[in-house]
Parts: sequence; C-alpha cells; structure tokens
Amino acid sequence: MANSNNNRRKFFATTLQSVGLTALGGLLWSGYSDEVKASPLVLRPPGALPEEDFLKACIKCGLCAEACVNRDSNKNRDGSNRPGTLQMAKGGDHRMIGTPFFVPTEVPCYMCDDIPCVPVCPSGALDMPSLLNKEEELDINKAKMGLAVVHKESCIAFWGIQCDACYRACPLLDEAITLEYHKNERTGKHAFLLPIVHSDVCTGCGLCEKACVTEKPAIFVLPIEHSTGRAGSHYVKGWDKKDQERVKDAKEIHTKNERSEKEASDYLNMEVEY
Amino acid sequence: MSNIKYLLLRRITQIGLLVLYFAANAYGWHILEGTFGASIIFGIIPLADPYTTLQVLATGFVLGADVLLGALLIVLFYMIVGGRAFCSWVCPINMVTDLANWLRRKLKLDKEEVNYRFLKRNTRYWIMILGVIVSAVVGVAAFEILSPITIMQRGIIFGFGAGVSVIFAIFLFDLFGVKNGWCGHLCPLGAAYSIIGQSSIIRVKHDHEACTACMKCKVVCPENQVLHMIDKESISVTDGECTNCGRCIDVCDDDALEFSIRSFAKR
Repeated sequence: MANSNNNRRKFFATTLQSVGLTALGGLLWSGYSDEVKASPLVLRPPGALPEEDFLKACIKCGLCAEACVNRDSNKNRDGSNRPGTLQMAKGGDHRMIGTPFFVPTEVPCYMCDDIPCVPVCPSGALDMPSLLNKEEELDINKAKMGLAVVHKESCIAFWGIQCDACYRACPLLDEAITLEYHKNERTGKHAFLLPIVHSDVCTGCGLCEKACVTEKPAIFVLPIEHSTGRAGSHYVKGWDKKDQERVKDAKEIHTKNERSEKEASDYLNMEVEY
Repeated sequence: MSNIKYLLLRRITQIGLLVLYFAANAYGWHILEGTFGASIIFGIIPLADPYTTLQVLATGFVLGADVLLGALLIVLFYMIVGGRAFCSWVCPINMVTDLANWLRRKLKLDKEEVNYRFLKRNTRYWIMILGVIVSAVVGVAAFEILSPITIMQRGIIFGFGAGVSVIFAIFLFDLFGVKNGWCGHLCPLGAAYSIIGQSSIIRVKHDHEACTACMKCKVVCPENQVLHMIDKESISVTDGECTNCGRCIDVCDDDALEFSIRSFAKR
C-alpha cells in the first residue's frame, strides 16, 4: 500500500514537472517568436499580404527570390550584370529568417512587366489577384511594396538647388512623383522644383531612393503602414459630395449630463478674472 | 567498400539534392527549385514540408493549393515507401550530426548512453506538438524561425550569414552534449516523419540465424532502440524512428541485416 502510494506520488511529480517544463519551453518559444516578428521596417516583394498575414503565410521557400535573381534583364545600363532585387533573410539580417525582402539602396525593384516573383509563390503570401488589372492581366503598377517619403530638410531641391534625380528615376514618371514649382523668395529670380510623392500611384519600388544624390537619401521608401497616417472616420470633408454621403443619415445628438444643464458660456468663463 | 555502400549512396543523394537546389538559384536550373519548405520539380510537381504546412495552417492562414498538394505528395511518399528516410537521405543536418557522432566514437566520448531525466527520445514529439501550439498562439510558423535544417539549406543556396552559428551549435551539442541529441531527441521534423513513416514498406530486416551478436549495428545506429530484435528474433525493424539509413546493414559482417519489403501477412 505504501509502495503504491509512493509510485503514485512519483507519477504525479513527474507529470507535474513535465507539464511545467513544457509550459516553460512554450513561453520561451512564444516570446522569442513574437520578438522575431517585430522587424517593422522591411520591404516585401510586390503583392505581399499585409506584414502580419505575410509572416503567417510565407513558407520560406525562396521561389520568389530565385525567380527575381535569374532574370536576363538583370543588367545595368553599361551591360554589366547586377544582382537580383530580392534577398532571403539570413541570420544577422535582423529580419525574420528565411523571408524575402529588398533594400532599395542596394538593389531597388525594377518592376518587371511579367512580375516573375509573384506567380511562383505557392503559399499565397504573395497575392497575385491583388496585382491583376481590369483585363485580368498582371500589372506591376498596382504593386504597393511601400511608399516613398521626402525629408524636406535634407532634400537639396527644398534648399533651392536644382535636382530632379528622384523625379527622373521614377518608373511612373510625372505620376508617382511630380515637380511643384515655387518662387524662390530668397533670390527673387529662381524657382524651387519640389518633388511631391503621390501615395495613390507610388509602388514603393525604391528607384528614387537609389537615385537620390544626398549622402543619406532624402527620399526613401517605408512600408505603407509606417509612411501613412489615418485621419479617422469622424472627420468628414464637408466640401466633398461623396464624403458627405457618410453622414447623410446622421442625427443630431443631444448629450444630457450634469454639465449640459448649463449653457456653455456659464462654465467656460468660470474662474476667469477680467 | 561494401561497408560504406549505403553511407555513400546517402551522401550522394543528400549532396546531389543540395546541388540541384543551389543551381536553381545560381544558374536558373528548373529541375528542383525552392527549399524544403516548398519546392517544385521541373516547374510542375509541387512538394512541401508537411510539418511546416501544419504550422502555417495552425496560424490560421489558408494556404495555396500548391503547398497542400505538395505536402500530400510528400506524406504519401514517406508513408507508403520511404519511412523516415527524409532524415538520413535528404536532410543536410544529418551530415553534421553524423560527423559529430563519428567524432564522438573516435574520441571515445560515449561509453554508454546517459539517461537524462527530461531529455528523452520522446521529447521531440512534445516539441512537435508545442511547435503547432506556439504557431497558433503567436501567428507565425514557430519551428521555421529556428529550424537548423532550413537554415542550413538556405545557407547553402542563398548564403549563410550568421546562420552558420546555428549549425555549429548543433554540432557542438551532439559532439559534447547529448549523443544523438538533435536528431534523436529534439528535432520535431524527425518526430513528424517518424509518425508519417511508421507503416512504410521499405524496412531493415534482421536474420537471427546469421547474427553473431557483435553489436556493431547497435553502436553505429543513431536510433538504436529500434534494433531491439538483434540476436533475438528474425523480424523487420518496424519502429517509425528507424531512419532507414542502412548504416547497420553496412557495418554488419554477417549479412544478418538487409533492406526488405515489409511483410503485412500476420504471423
């Protein structure tokens, strides 16, 4: 009897220890995995799902990168070979290991018409339907790999020096980046030619960042979630008929509380000495 | 020569596959492209890692048909034919851990297998289950961000970076730490293939009559618990943890071990 009790005690102790160690392992593993996910400023291939979903879906096969690297068109203007755009994250790259990404200052995306990297994706992490136009053809101009942002304090065009390197490098010339002309009041006889990025057109290919002449590029591509803001649904453009539709059925709201019993003017001027 | 026949065949297979994968990236060959996560043969037949596929599905992402079909093909192949052959005939980490094991024997580091309290051979099955749970909780294929297997393979195809340290760590662990520590105790992919391949038809068969009980097979076997029948009965190795590496057949001087087709007839 005593022996069987002892065995039972041992069994429960071992079970408890195993469960405890498994939980410890699970927590460590989860913590590590969650940290690994947090590599925000990374540019993905065209058609990539939003980062959260992309990290779930990418099976790390490298087929996109292989398709990108093995292009006959991977040539510089002088005919020399250039490397492919997409890299597979290695240990030490500080991006989730095994996922494809690109760095515009190294090799930007040259926006191939046939988008070789996307149809080969077996998992759906690169979403081909998102790149189809109305004729059901692949259209690289629909890509949203990121959005270029201009830092006007370091952009020499904003200083008044004539530079349109990014404007000319842009594959969607005069659409994704336009030049805005302003009078240079300092000299009184020159013009500012200011690069303005249009976020509805920009694909985030990074050719502008690569072309930028400043020491550290004054125009650079960030993932869309990091280079855009959001006004929120409570702002309505009163001058925009379509936007006004949103508040068509809005009713006047009367708030009733202790404060609303008084007129605003009664309490707003309280404790103010004239 | 005959005592390294299967070893040579395995190395040729392992390295040959890596060469094909490497050339797909470096020279644009369309024979075998991708990585173990998902591959494509001749640009037509998809293949995918079943355990990776399971982890991605656990995150809640609905995978593309190519991956699902690819995983199914791999499962069917190892389930019906190969057993756990992935581990010894395909996986590049096998070359690292085999080297560690060989050195262990040469340096006489393992007279006997140490019985660790919480590092049993079935630990890998718990890690395998845990991997799926962590994938579901965190929303990312949890083993794929650690897996030395694909880190090594991608290292060979795309360049190692700091990933080489992971491979070195596995080597050190198996050499100075636990005998068969990675492949035999921890690797959840090996665990998955042990389960998938447990009823496959290609099996090592033992001939009790010919056996002289020299136990060379048990010394060289990375999963020697599967060789419980040696010098006892003439049956096949039916344990799913057998990797079908054939080293026992190589080292046997008595022709007491050979690959055979599993007999399903009841005895």
